Amino acid sequence: MRLRRNLTTLSFLAPALIGIVVFLVYPLVSAAYFSLTKFDLLTVPKWVGLDNYKSMIDDPFLLQAARNTLWMVVVFVPARIIGAIGLSMLLTQLKRGAGFFRTVFYLPALVPPVAATIAFVYLLKPGTGPVNHFLAKIGIDGPLWFNSPAWAKPALVLLGLWAVGDLMIIFLAAVLGVPESLYEAASLDGANAWQRFWSITLPSIRPVILFAAVTGVIYTLQYFDQAAVAGSIASGQATTGAGISQSFGYPDGSTFTYPLWLYTVGFRYNALGYANALAIVLFVVALGVTVIMLRRARAFSVEEA
Amino acid sequence: MNKRIPYALFAIVLVAAGCTPAPKETKIADPGTQVSGTVELWHFFTEREADAIDTVVKDFESSHPNIKVTIKPGQDDAKVTQAIGAGNGPDVGLSYSTDIVGKFCSSGAWVDLGQYISRDKVDLNQLNATTRSYTEFDGKRCAMPFLADAYGMYYNKDLFAKAGIAGPPKTLDELTEDAKKLTVKNADGSLKTVGFLPLFDFYENAPAHLAPAVGAKWLTADGKSAVGTDPAWKTLLTWQKSLIDWYGYDNLVKFRAGLGDEFSADNAFQKGQVAINIDAEYRLAFLKDQAPSLKYGVAPLPTSDPARYGGGYVTGNILGIGKNAKNPEAAWELIKYLTTNDQAVTKLAGLLKNVPTTTKSLADPALNADADFKAFIDIFNNPNSSTTPPTASGPAYQETFQQFLLNVQSGKVKNLDSGLADADKQINNVMNLGG
Repeated sequence: MRLRRNLTTLSFLAPALIGIVVFLVYPLVSAAYFSLTKFDLLTVPKWVGLDNYKSMIDDPFLLQAARNTLWMVVVFVPARIIGAIGLSMLLTQLKRGAGFFRTVFYLPALVPPVAATIAFVYLLKPGTGPVNHFLAKIGIDGPLWFNSPAWAKPALVLLGLWAVGDLMIIFLAAVLGVPESLYEAASLDGANAWQRFWSITLPSIRPVILFAAVTGVIYTLQYFDQAAVAGSIASGQATTGAGISQSFGYPDGSTFTYPLWLYTVGFRYNALGYANALAIVLFVVALGVTVIMLRRARAFSVEEA
Repeated sequence: MNKRIPYALFAIVLVAAGCTPAPKETKIADPGTQVSGTVELWHFFTEREADAIDTVVKDFESSHPNIKVTIKPGQDDAKVTQAIGAGNGPDVGLSYSTDIVGKFCSSGAWVDLGQYISRDKVDLNQLNATTRSYTEFDGKRCAMPFLADAYGMYYNKDLFAKAGIAGPPKTLDELTEDAKKLTVKNADGSLKTVGFLPLFDFYENAPAHLAPAVGAKWLTADGKSAVGTDPAWKTLLTWQKSLIDWYGYDNLVKFRAGLGDEFSADNAFQKGQVAINIDAEYRLAFLKDQAPSLKYGVAPLPTSDPARYGGGYVTGNILGIGKNAKNPEAAWELIKYLTTNDQAVTKLAGLLKNVPTTTKSLADPALNADADFKAFIDIFNNPNSSTTPPTASGPAYQETFQQFLLNVQSGKVKNLDSGLADADKQINNVMNLGG
C-alpha cells in the first residue's frame, strides 16, 4: 500500500524530476567529472585528477578575469538595485502618465543585450558618438568610455542601469505593495520623506532586495555577452569567426570577465577539462555567495519571526 | 546521506564517460574505384562569398556527375567541433583558421589525408611551402589549403606626396621616419593624421602579422614558446615602443578611439586618417568598393634587416574530411578538386579575391594583371614570408603573447628581458592546459 502511494507520488513528480536530473544533475555531475580530465570534445577524456585545479594557481588570466568579475559583482549589482529602487520610488510618486513612464523605463529591458551593447558603444564612442559631442558642448571633455581601461567597466554598469527595467518592475510591485496605512501613521508621527523611505519602504521590500541581490550576483558572475560584444565593437575589429576572442577584454583586459576566460580556454584553446574546472569553481562560488546571503538575510529577519 | 545517492552519481559519471567520442579507423578504396553518392560540405561563408563557393561546386558537380554536393553555409569551427565530437559533422569541413589544424590533426577529428594523396599520386609540391606547413601537424596532413591571405603594407600615395616621401618604407627605421613625417597634429596637440599606428591591438597589427618584419619565431623545435629566447621579438618590441613613445601612448589611444571599424567604410586607412596600414589582399576589394577615389600603393612589410625584405604573414582557409564522414571518398574528390585543380583554384581566387595556392594558378595571367593583387602574390611567393605554426592548443600561444604585448606598449612592463622570460612561462602554462 505504502509502495503504491510512493509510486503515485513519484509519478506525479516524475516530469519535474526527469527535467532536473537531465538538465541539471547530469550536466553538473558531468562537468565535475570532466573537470578531472584532459578533454577536447574530440578524443576520449584522460583522467588527470586534480591537475586542472592545481593549474589555476599560476594562471594569470584567471586572476585578471576573477578581479574584473569581482569588480562587476561589487559595483554592478548594488548599482542596479539602487537604480531600480530609485526609479520605482520616482514612478510611484507620479500623479499622471504613470503607465506611460513605466513602459518607457521598462522598454530597454526588452532590447536584446547584443543590440543594446552595440548601440551603447556607438553612442559613447569618443570622437564620433553623440554623448561626448554633447558633453563637449557643455564644456566637458568626455572620457574614452569603452576605449579606456578605467571607464570600460563603468560604461558597462551604465548599460546595465539603462536596462534596469526588469528589476524596476519587481521593485515597483513591492513598493506599491507596502500598506498605505503605515505611511499615514508615520506622517502623523511627523516622519519626513526620507524617514518614511528608510523605516517603512526599505524594510518592507527587503525580501525583494534579497531576491535582486542573489539573482544579480549569479547573473553577474556569468556576465559574458555585453563584455564580449563591447570589447569587440570598441576595438574596431568587429568580425565573426577566427578572431572572435582576440578582442575579448579590450581595452587592456579591462572587460575580460571570468566566463570570457572560461569560453576562450574551452572553445579556443581546446582545454575543456580546465574550462570545466573553472565552471565548477564558478558554481561553488555562486552557491557559496547565495548561501551566505540567505543566511545573513535570515539572521536579520529573526526579530520579525 | 542516503546510500543510494553515491551509486546514482557514480552511474551518471559512467554515462558521462560513455558519452564521449571513441577513435575510429578509416579504410580507403582501391585506386581507380568509381566514386559516387552525396557529399556534405560545411563552410563559414555567407552572401557573396557563399555564392562563389556555390558556383565552383556546381563546376565540380558537372565534371563529377556521379557526386552530388550538399552545402551547409554559415558553419563556424565551434559548430564543426561539437558536431564531430557528437559523432556527426560534415564529410568536408572548410575552416577559416589554421589555428584548428593542430587540434583536428592530433585528435583525428579530421582524417589523415596522406593515404589518399599517395594513392592518387597528388603532387604536393605544386602547393606553396608556407601553406603546406600550416595544413599539417606532427607529420600528419589532415588538411589542404583552400586559398590564402598574404599580409603586406598599404600606403596612401596622396599623403606620401604631401609629406614629400618618394616610395614605401622598406626597413623598420624608414617606417619610423616616414610615420613621423606623415603625422599631422591638431592645434590643441592631439593627433589628426597618424603616419603609422603601431599599437598591437589596432586592426591587423597582431604580432603574428608583424613577426615576418623581424623574422621572429614563435615556437622552439620541441613545441615550447620561443618568444623569450628569440632576440627578434625584442627587436620588434623595442622598435614599436620607441615609435609609441614618440607619439605618446595616451595620444595614440585617444586617436584610435575615434577611428571607425576595420571592416566598415569608416576604416581609418580608407578615410585617410592613417597613412600606412598592415593589411591583407582582401582589403583591395573593400577599397574598390568603399574608397574608389583613394590613391594607394601596396608593398611588402618593412623589415629590420633589408636582406629579409619582400615577405609578409601568410595564412588561409583549410579543408579536411571529418572523421564521421559518410562518404569520405567523394569528400576527398571534392577536396582534391577545390585545392589542386588549377582552374578551380584560379576561379575561386578571382571570385573570392584571395591568393590562390597552386603553382599554376599563382602564375595565372588574369590574376597577375592587377598590379596590386600581383604584389600580394609576390609576397605570398617570397621565401621570407612566414605563418603561425599549428599547435594542439590552437592560438593559445599567440593570444597569451598578445596580452603581454599590451602590457609592454602601455608601459606596464619595466624590464623587457625578464618580461619576455615570464611571457615564455605563461605561454607554456596556457599551452599545457590544452595540449
